[in-house]
Amino acid sequence: MGMNLGIDFSSLLQWNDFTVDLAAFAVKFAILVGGLLQLPPLLVWIERRVPALMQRRRGPNRVGIFKWRLYGLLQSLADTVKLIFKEEVVPDGAHKVFYHLAPVFCVFPAFLVACAIPYGPDLAIYGYKIPLSVVRMDVGFLFIFAISSLAVYGVALAGWASNNKYSLMGSLRASAQMISYEIPLGMSLIPIVLIYGTLDLGKIVEAQNSFFQWGVFTAPVSLLIFVICMFAETNRAPFDLAEAEGELVAGFHTEYNSAKFAAFFLGEYVSMFVLSCLASTVFFGGWQVPFVSYDALVTMLGSPNFVAPIGILMLLLKAAFFMWVYIWVRWTLPRFRYDQLMFLGWKFMLPIGLANVVVTAIVLAVLRFK
Amino acid sequence: MNPYIPVIVVLIFGVVLGGILSGLAAFLGPKKYSREKMDPYECGVPKVTAGSEKMSVKFYLTAILFILFDIETVFLYLWARTFKELGWLGIIEIAVFVLILVVGYIYVVRRGALEWD
Repeated sequence: MGMNLGIDFSSLLQWNDFTVDLAAFAVKFAILVGGLLQLPPLLVWIERRVPALMQRRRGPNRVGIFKWRLYGLLQSLADTVKLIFKEEVVPDGAHKVFYHLAPVFCVFPAFLVACAIPYGPDLAIYGYKIPLSVVRMDVGFLFIFAISSLAVYGVALAGWASNNKYSLMGSLRASAQMISYEIPLGMSLIPIVLIYGTLDLGKIVEAQNSFFQWGVFTAPVSLLIFVICMFAETNRAPFDLAEAEGELVAGFHTEYNSAKFAAFFLGEYVSMFVLSCLASTVFFGGWQVPFVSYDALVTMLGSPNFVAPIGILMLLLKAAFFMWVYIWVRWTLPRFRYDQLMFLGWKFMLPIGLANVVVTAIVLAVLRFK
Repeated sequence: MNPYIPVIVVLIFGVVLGGILSGLAAFLGPKKYSREKMDPYECGVPKVTAGSEKMSVKFYLTAILFILFDIETVFLYLWARTFKELGWLGIIEIAVFVLILVVGYIYVVRRGALEWD
């Protein structure tokens, strides 16, 4: 495709590579966005029911349809409606542009990154190969890092524009924490690139074809670093200093309410989901089924199109596990102190991440180069 | 199709979605003005100083160090991708690079740039 975008409008009326790509993109994107928008209400509900179970109380259980209470599942729906119809209070002295811009910066990076995750093996429909990621790129890794760091702008702008000391402190803490943990996060995935030799997420999943080639076995230290950074990047407990209720009210979104508050929620939960998917993709074989290779599945079921739903289900199960860990950890571990947090990031994770890269490189070189 | 066209479409969608969420309340919610309500929430006490106070220089320092070390990480990615092609030469080159990085890191730690008390 050249600089003129290569769109020949007369060819739009028949099936060719371009129109198939376009249609496939539209369908995949619609399904993905539809799914992602369901996520926050569901996760909020889980996050209220699970700690209730852990702490032997009931949690939300009243909202339902007539006599069916559905374990309070509709509570989140009611909350969403409430949030959208609430009065919006913009504090005096808030920066008019940045205040309204900050939620946008929290939402769009999460959606962009979600598009780069390979959700399943390629479909083959009438001879056209359709990859099951909304955007298939050969530099998926770099794209994900580049885009996900943009979320820092949302946090920094929200706190700065609110004209509130607590917001500002929360956003400073949060942005310093997010950028500090981005370095070990980036370093933790270099051994993966070294081992599989590609930046294409789809190819990394394909390379984890047999069970013991999963990233968790080839790069266990990376997994440890990645999981810790995952919590820090999303500002979740035990690294939720940005919204330490006892000291900072609610952190950078203290002055946000109504639909803007919902936007921050959406951004946070979607990026939790994306990081869980990334962890499953890189370390737990993505859509690969444990113990059964992809080729064996294709011969067993007869067509790659039948393997795709299984693959999607596998990835979602693995991602669900990581999201469960998010919630589990939040209600298990106490919050870090700020100096402990920075110590862990800069003086522990960074050297270990670097050592991990060096050791992996040397071992691989000795094994592969003669 | 160029893979970056979908990226642009998704980007536009994300910005529009964020914009809708950001602008929705202005149309849907009620509006009742009161002087007290518009005060920034600082636990009910009238504020005495502006919202943007002086902040610790440590945060700037963290940002500067982040730029340095993040660029190093990006360089490491390029080497990691071409690891096989470069072979031992690449390893020696990157060893020198990491050595300089480590010297800089030790300097930063010794100067106390990473101390938070």
